[in-house]
Amino acid sequence: MQTTINKKVYNIPDELKDVRLTDYLREYLDLTGVKNACEMRACGACAILVNDKSMRICHATVKDVENCDVLTIEGMENEDGTLHPLQQAFVDYGAVQCGFCTPGMVLTAHALLLSNNSPTREQIRKALQSNLCRCTGYQQIVDAIEAASVYYK
Amino acid sequence: MNKENPKSWRNDAYAKVTGRAKYTDDIKFPFMLHAVPVYTDSVHAIIKSIDTSAAEKAEGVVKVITHKDIKGALTFGQIIKDYQIFAKDKIFFNGDVVAMIVADTRFNAIKAIPLVNVDVEELTPILDTEVAMDPKTPFIHEEHGSNIINEHCVRRGNVEEGFKQCDIILDEVFHTQFIEHSYMEPEVAICNPRYDGVMEVYGSMQHPFSTRRFVSSTLGCALSEVEVIGTPMGGGFGGKDDTAAIVCARTALAAAITGKPVKCSYTREWSVRESYKRHPYKVYYKMGLTKDGIIKAVKCKIIADGGAYCSVTPWVTWRSTVQCCGPYTVKNVHCDTYGVYTNNVFTGAMRGFGSPQMNFVIESLIEMAARKCNLSVIEIRRRNMVRQGSTTITGQKLDNHKVAMEETLDTVLKEFLFEDKLKKCSYGKTDEDELYGVGLAMSYRGMSLGAEGVDFNSAIINVQPDGSILLETGIHENGQGSESALCMILARELGVTLERIRYRRPSTSTIPDGGTTVASRGTVLGGGAVVKAVENLKYKISEFISKKYNCEIDAVSIKDGVVHFGNDKKTFDEVIKEMFGSREYPHVLGIYRPPVVSWNEHNGQGDAYFSWTYGCQAIEISINKKTGKLKLLNAIAAHDCGKAANVEMTIGQFYGGIAMGIGYGIFEEVKFKDGKIINDNFNSYRLPRATDMPEMKAILIENPDPNSPSGAKGIGEPVNELMAPALANAIYNATGNRYFRLPIKVKLGEEEIICRRP
Ligand code: FES
Ligand code: FES
Repeated sequence: MQTTINKKVYNIPDELKDVRLTDYLREYLDLTGVKNACEMRACGACAILVNDKSMRICHATVKDVENCDVLTIEGMENEDGTLHPLQQAFVDYGAVQCGFCTPGMVLTAHALLLSNNSPTREQIRKALQSNLCRCTGYQQIVDAIEAASVYYK
Repeated sequence: MNKENPKSWRNDAYAKVTGRAKYTDDIKFPFMLHAVPVYTDSVHAIIKSIDTSAAEKAEGVVKVITHKDIKGALTFGQIIKDYQIFAKDKIFFNGDVVAMIVADTRFNAIKAIPLVNVDVEELTPILDTEVAMDPKTPFIHEEHGSNIINEHCVRRGNVEEGFKQCDIILDEVFHTQFIEHSYMEPEVAICNPRYDGVMEVYGSMQHPFSTRRFVSSTLGCALSEVEVIGTPMGGGFGGKDDTAAIVCARTALAAAITGKPVKCSYTREWSVRESYKRHPYKVYYKMGLTKDGIIKAVKCKIIADGGAYCSVTPWVTWRSTVQCCGPYTVKNVHCDTYGVYTNNVFTGAMRGFGSPQMNFVIESLIEMAARKCNLSVIEIRRRNMVRQGSTTITGQKLDNHKVAMEETLDTVLKEFLFEDKLKKCSYGKTDEDELYGVGLAMSYRGMSLGAEGVDFNSAIINVQPDGSILLETGIHENGQGSESALCMILARELGVTLERIRYRRPSTSTIPDGGTTVASRGTVLGGGAVVKAVENLKYKISEFISKKYNCEIDAVSIKDGVVHFGNDKKTFDEVIKEMFGSREYPHVLGIYRPPVVSWNEHNGQGDAYFSWTYGCQAIEISINKKTGKLKLLNAIAAHDCGKAANVEMTIGQFYGGIAMGIGYGIFEEVKFKDGKIINDNFNSYRLPRATDMPEMKAILIENPDPNSPSGAKGIGEPVNELMAPALANAIYNATGNRYFRLPIKVKLGEEEIICRRP
């Protein structure tokens, strides 16, 4: 099977089709920005983008992303290694503490802003409903997303 | 709410937003094996045999480790050594580990778990603290000779006489719940037996030195033969000490036995099952006041469920004892506190450390008292609160720092328009669908460890030949941003730019043991050590300049990267280069030892903490009678931070603390069935979500603390200890109902309210 991960096309042998997608990304490709925190679709630490939609992948297997366009946190930054404006906003607004929820938060926010580039704070909160963060109380994350929305216009 | 010019700085932010930060589970070693824990179904039982033979033969299994394999001590603990590395004779709670399976893959290790056979004789679980305290109840830990882990008291004045002067007496019982720290990253460890004979340990832990003690005790080796290396950590909140350390100790044992690197990565379910929680309290509280609202006497009995092991229960309950009257001066106090063994999951440090429970009690009662005295909830607080020069209930005079209790209260009143909002409260009496309430709570909090702990810390500044600077301290980054704050303090104090400073995360082999990163002491103690190190570095530079250029030591100063002496000046870089040229190392150690504190165990009197911090929080809510929805509208927090080292990060502490306080107040509770935890993952353990949270306002009050070299006061915990009572008061003001149990389950008639935003 074939799939595109962070703009690169991968030909994945059939015997890996049933591997857990988080294991494939973390163990085979070393894309460790995908985190395991609950492994039951309740926290969003494993969220990535699949065809521009945020998806919690802890229950997914490799075949679930066949012929898809997958984006992980490692694929977010610009080619020259500078931060994507959304990532920069997370840094500037103090939206990062322990950072364990951050990849899932950034990607979920990215999906929101791709589909709605001027969300209200209520809409941002709603989009983050399935992403848990124990450190920040969410406010600076919402601030960062609100600020970054201008770059999607 | 959109802030215009944010200037947040963190040394690890780039790595964290790009996914480059490698947490322990993201690290791999060649030939690494995987270990997993094996539990039993029991809550309290005698172990008759442990049969690992079938598991040993399973596919991929390299070794099954039990208590028999321990070379060092079977048990360990920070205060009482009762915590079993592997259960040997008895199961004390459902999270006890009997064995660890080591296999080529984690998958194979997990597959072999059911093959371990443990034969047990069940005992009756003792799950209630007061049953446990009954002299007729068998001892859980026989060698301890009692189910009472520890006792503390406060004896001040004469309560009998005090109550006689009272017109109003309140006598209530309060209950608080077990809560889970819910750090997003579960426990994980990697241990690598190094070629030089040292066991290298990586792990998600709060305190590398505590982990090193656990590991060396278990392996039976010297402290120098264990090197604990900190990695980025996905949250701790007090919860990554004992359990995180024991996971490292078992993994180290597996690595020592197999001679290979071993990783042990916990699932959420294992983490919730085995890791310690915040203590549930039962508090009997009697408060007497004169009719003009002066608290004359307090008598209370505090019972904390310590669960199966001691952990730091004596320290947690000590803080509750010292702060048992909240920020109020009371002349007659009689307090008895007990930490108690049960067969529940054990309890230990959690952000707040014994204060969230007591604040819920006191800040609820003070408002009940206000109504009885016909005083406003503000006025009654003003009449009793600590002020400059007040004496606390333990006899400590508050005169070595600014007592900012009233300042924080007034700030909240003004910035939240609290008194206007208070007039709009419904008290359950409205014909409209929406009930409205606003509530506040305030507290003071002893800084750092207090009289129960040894409190000191160190920092190493190592200036390189090109003038760039490496900083190490004995404070561990738990995600709160301590490294960044300490770099900023260094830049500020030394008069150089932040860009030239790199934080070098130390290992336990490179810096002296600096005590655990708890008690909101990171910025105070670490910052203190940095300030001391800067003083030493400045002295070293000045001494060098004065010798070389023949001037007075006092005439040398450093500002904006330039060293001034007499009428001359040189850049910092030039001076450092000259120092190396003259074989002088600009390398210094700074040690900070806070002022000494005192405590008398017998009467509970003494200067318990070297300084105090003050805070006030408020929240407004609405409850829809028709839909039964509770909505959190706005919240505010004002705390005296001393001097904030990193403003955006400090604000982040406020917001995170408020969120956790809200969880404690109305959402979170670890639930049990016959001593076994039933809500062991985030689908059933209810954490505050983005949609639950109100918009928050953080107000940093800055009164630099003269007892803290950097001026900073710890803030991580004060911000977490007030929301539950503020909510209790807001809920009362909305509904007219007072709740004595956390989490508060608001009821209108028979219906329970669901807390949700629309
Ligand atoms: S790990 Fe997938 S949602 Fe939590
Ligand atoms: S930053 Fe720690 S969980 Fe979100």
